[in-house]
Parts: sequence; C-alpha cells; structure tokens
Amino acid sequence: MHMMYFTEQPMAAYDAKAGLDYGATALNFSNSYYNPVEGSRLYNEYLEEYALVEECGADGIMLNEHHNAPFCMQARTNMFASILAAVTHRVKIVILGNPLPLSENPVQLSEELSMIDMISKGRLVSGFVRGGGQEQLANGVNPAFNRERFVEAHDLVVKTWTTPGPFRWEGTHYQQRVVNPWALPLQKPYPRVWIPGVLSKETVIWTAQQRYPYIALNTSIEATKKIHETYDEAAREAGYTPGPENFGYLIRVHVQDTEEKALQNARQFMWMQGEFTGLAHPVWANPAGYFSPSGRRGFVEFAVGRAINPRGNPTFEQQVADTMIIAGTPDQVIERLKYVVENTRPGIMALWGNDGTVSKEDRRRCIQLMCREVMPAIKEFGAGLGLKDPWEANAPVHLRYSTDIPTQKQAAE
Amino acid sequence: MSVSWTETVKQIAGINLHLIRGGDGPTVLVLHHDIGTVDRLPFYEALAARFNVLIPHHPGWGKSERPQWLRHPRDIAAMYAWLLSDLNEPGASLVGLGFGGWIAAEMASLAPASYHRLVLIGAMGIKPPEGDIADQAIVSYIDYPKAGFHDEAAFKRVYGDVSTDQLEAWDIAREMSFRTAWKPYMYSQTLPHLLGGVRAPALVVWGDDDRIVPTSAGQAYAKALREATFTTIPACGHFAEMEKPDAVAKLAIDFMTRT
Repeated sequence: MHMMYFTEQPMAAYDAKAGLDYGATALNFSNSYYNPVEGSRLYNEYLEEYALVEECGADGIMLNEHHNAPFCMQARTNMFASILAAVTHRVKIVILGNPLPLSENPVQLSEELSMIDMISKGRLVSGFVRGGGQEQLANGVNPAFNRERFVEAHDLVVKTWTTPGPFRWEGTHYQQRVVNPWALPLQKPYPRVWIPGVLSKETVIWTAQQRYPYIALNTSIEATKKIHETYDEAAREAGYTPGPENFGYLIRVHVQDTEEKALQNARQFMWMQGEFTGLAHPVWANPAGYFSPSGRRGFVEFAVGRAINPRGNPTFEQQVADTMIIAGTPDQVIERLKYVVENTRPGIMALWGNDGTVSKEDRRRCIQLMCREVMPAIKEFGAGLGLKDPWEANAPVHLRYSTDIPTQKQAAE
Repeated sequence: MSVSWTETVKQIAGINLHLIRGGDGPTVLVLHHDIGTVDRLPFYEALAARFNVLIPHHPGWGKSERPQWLRHPRDIAAMYAWLLSDLNEPGASLVGLGFGGWIAAEMASLAPASYHRLVLIGAMGIKPPEGDIADQAIVSYIDYPKAGFHDEAAFKRVYGDVSTDQLEAWDIAREMSFRTAWKPYMYSQTLPHLLGGVRAPALVVWGDDDRIVPTSAGQAYAKALREATFTTIPACGHFAEMEKPDAVAKLAIDFMTRT
C-alpha cells in the first residue's frame, strides 16, 4: 500500500472577515488581501514540512494546484514538484494533478514533467486533472472544451513521452508542427499516471479505459463504492479485472497527542465554510459546458438557489461521524482508518493532514505522528488485506502495456 | 391582426436549423441574442405586420441542432448566407440583436452588396473603445438577462417567474456563446476593419442604459460603417427590442421602408 501526505497549502494569513463580507473566497475575491510577506513565510514552512514528511517515513508527497483562492497556495504544481525533486531523496512526488486543459502547450508540459522525473531520479507520479470550473475562468480557458482538451492534451503528452521525435501533431485543440523535446522521462515507458476526481462518472470511465488508478477525493464510503462499480464495469469492458492497485483514496486526517487538540485543529478542515475550494458562486465552479449535460437540469436549479447543493453541506460533527474527517490520537485514528480502508480497499492512500490556520508547531507534530505511527500501522493492515499499490502489483502503466489481455500482448511487443 | 407564424426545419451545413417565419412583404432576417429567444415577441409581431420575417434559432441554440465544429460567429454568418441562398431571398434586410448583431455585421462584411438594410441593436462584435462587454460567465443565469434590462419590470413581463426549461435553455445558450465567442470575449479584432465596404445603409440602435455592451461600441460601429445612423433609446437596456418594443420597431420599420 502506498501512503502519502497531502495538504492544500492553505494561505490562511488573510482577513477572513473580508472574505465573508464579500461572500466569496475564490475567483473574484480580491488579491488586495494577499500578503506576500506571509506568502513567503508559508511557502518556506510548507517546504520544511515536506522534508519532515520524508524524514518520518511517508511513501509519497501529493501535490496539486488551484488558482485565485486562499485555500491553496500552489498556482503551478510543477514548481513544488521541481523543488521536491531536488531536495528530497526517497519519496514519490505525486502530482494530482496537472490540469491539462489549462495548458496551451502540452509538449512543454511533457518537458517539464520529464525534467522533474530525471531530477528526482524517477520518483514522479504524473497525475492529470480537468481542473475545476473556476480554474478555467481564472486562466481564461474555455470551459466548453474542457473534456476534449483534457483527452487531447493527455494523448499528446503521452505520445511526446513515448514516440521518437520529430513528429507533427494536428489535433482539434492543439497543433504543433515540430514535436521533438530534448527532455524525456527517466521512467519507462513513462511515469505512472493517476487520475484524481470527485464527481464525474465520465472521468471514472475514461480512467478505467486507460487502466490508470482513480483516486477518489474524500468521497463518502457509499459514493466511493459506486465509483468502484463504475470503474469495474469499464475495466471489464476493456478486458481486465481491476484490483486495489487501481484505486486510491484521499481522506482528511488530523493527528495529535490528545484527542481534544486533534479535534480542535481538525475543525480547520471547515475553514472554507465546508466548501473544499472556497466559497464561490455555483456558475464559477461549473461554468456552462464544463458539467456533464446529464446534470444540467439539476445544476441550473441549484445555481439560481431553487435547489440544495447536490454535494450537500454537512457539518463538522456529521463528517466526523461519517468518517469523512478523522481526528484523534494515533491509536484512535488508526482504528477509524482501518474501518475506511476495509470498506474502500485502496492500494493508494493519501492523508490530507493540515488545513486552515493550524499552527506550525501542530502541523509538524501531526506530520510526525501521522508518518511515524499511523502510516506504518495502516500499511501493515492493508498488507493483511492484500491491498497492493501499483508497484507492488507490478501493474502496467497503461492498458496498452497489459500482459494479461490477449489482444494487448501483441500490441506491447 | 395577429400574425400567423410557421415553424420549419432547414438543413444547413449538416445540421437541422430551426426557422420561424411570419408576415408578408420584403424579407427581414432577425438574428437573436446570445441568450436565445422566446418564440413570440411584440417586436416580432410589429415587424411581421410589414415584412416577411425570418427568425432562425442560431445553430446550437434553442431548437436548432449543435454543429460540433462551430467556432465563431462568422461561421454562423456563413450558415445564414447559405440559408438565404436556399430560400432564394436575395436583398434581404438584416436585424441583429446583441450577439445576433455581431452575426449580421459579419454577414454584411462578407457580402458588402448583398443586403438591403442593416439594423444593429446593441450589437456585440466590436471591442468597445470604452468599457467592456459584460462577462456572463461569472453571474447567474437570471442575473445576466436581468442586467440587460433598464427596468426589472420589463424582464418580468417577458420571462415572468423564470421556468426551469428557460434556465436550461439559458445554460445551453451560454455554452454556445462560450463555444463561439470565448476569446476574445464577444468581439472580433478583424471585423471593424472589414465594415467599410458594406453598401447597405445601417441603423445602429442602443439602449441608453445598456449594461451588457457599452454604448461606445455602437459609436464605433457607426464610425466603421460607410453609411450609418446612430441613435439611443432612453430608459432602455441591452434587450431593447424586449424592453421598448414599440420604439425599436418604429425605428427599424421606418428605416427599412424608407426609400
């Protein structure tokens, strides 16, 4: 089982009241409230914390990116991945992920990722995402072509990694006449690609068709089981039987020496009023054309305030009761996590450890307890359940490298 | 006397295009807004009393099928030129409303001698010299159309308590706006340079409280066109034909019937 540490890298040093007064903490919430002195301090503290994560034994560090919002300081996930490639030595650098549709030049993205893979000596996991709606708006990218751009950019990046150049790409959204970058991934055939997601059934199916692991982002146990069913069905149609190595699970976990302190800090997971990506207008999160057409009717009613949020807005207490958030001493956390692991059976697990305004001292203590005590116990428990990660299972990087599908054998040879 | 309207489907560029027709007289092609159109409006009735009125649903909007390949209002302009050829309607006048005004201007620029009169009402398509075209991507489905009325009562009169069907239609219309006019948003950088050849006399009409397309864009249109009159309607927003149907219809009819 692969166990990794995650944080959104909150930019909590801003005037929270200003956000509440404005009614939004994303996209259009003014960056006049951004303090670069605090930004500098926090970036450096987070880097020190990642070094601690490696020192304390985690298998990986999960990174992501978001834009125009205090809930995440990473505007370019490849930047922290590059730094970690140089300053860490053992951990996997797990980017979940680069928002492909935001790229106007997927060939350059492939170059950057190749550089990270080489500098890290083959420790990159290169996840890809569609990016949320407001990421499209923050970057001026057309939400109506989001899925098309995601798939085409993916195909171009993978071809750039695997096909000797120069070659020409004449696609629908990307045209590049000389693809021949002098930077290629160290890992062959290419770095593992994992796809994180929350809602979209189409993405789960596409991921299964590629035989990439799907990382469910803090979905409920019920929703996670449905994701597995959707994945399993698409996998069977593609000709293989998925195992735990095809599934990952991200969960918010905060560990401290006392339950009281852990619960108090875990409340910071609600610092964005329970919205992962900050308070925002529904049409920012789901601009027209971004969302699946099957959800259009329900969404427009929600967007004008006639229907409740289809994702719900549960309280902290409810989320603790439903194991959407786990907080406590190492023993308490291990017990709850075992329940989640038994019920979701992931081969890959990400623990989202710190959020909001948790103090530097407490963030570091959480990392120590999480990586030294919780992760080893869960890995041992997972091993007992036969939960292997993609390396342990020797899973193919992509469906086309499968050796257990008769028609694929030939293709791979 | 109320007008009898018919609805037909025309095959244009590989899709089924929905076309509403009514009235008798010289032909007028009416091109609707980015938010689509309701089927019947007092403005349409007034035009149909004097003209043979053609109101297509833009490709991908309303009841017209979506061409997956469609990328620009100029593509829509070419489709409507195709439609008028199939209908054997040379010398039609064009009435363009907002986004439809952009399409009308593209049509005129592509065939400078083909149209009788050009009426642009709150037309998008040109970068306003002052101010910006309002970004519908960051406001709700109801707030955007509302912003296009000077008086909210006029919005209520047209849309009432907005139905879920209407909200869905607005989401689809918004998606089509993004598919065709995302960047630059709602204008062409080349169109202003191509309007000087248009032979049809043009009437450029603006609500004096247009919060969607700044009035400066109207003045820019009037300047770029060879023969254009610019006029504003008091206490009126972007959706002028819905807010002040009588005033807009009178201006348009007088202009298109003047010899």
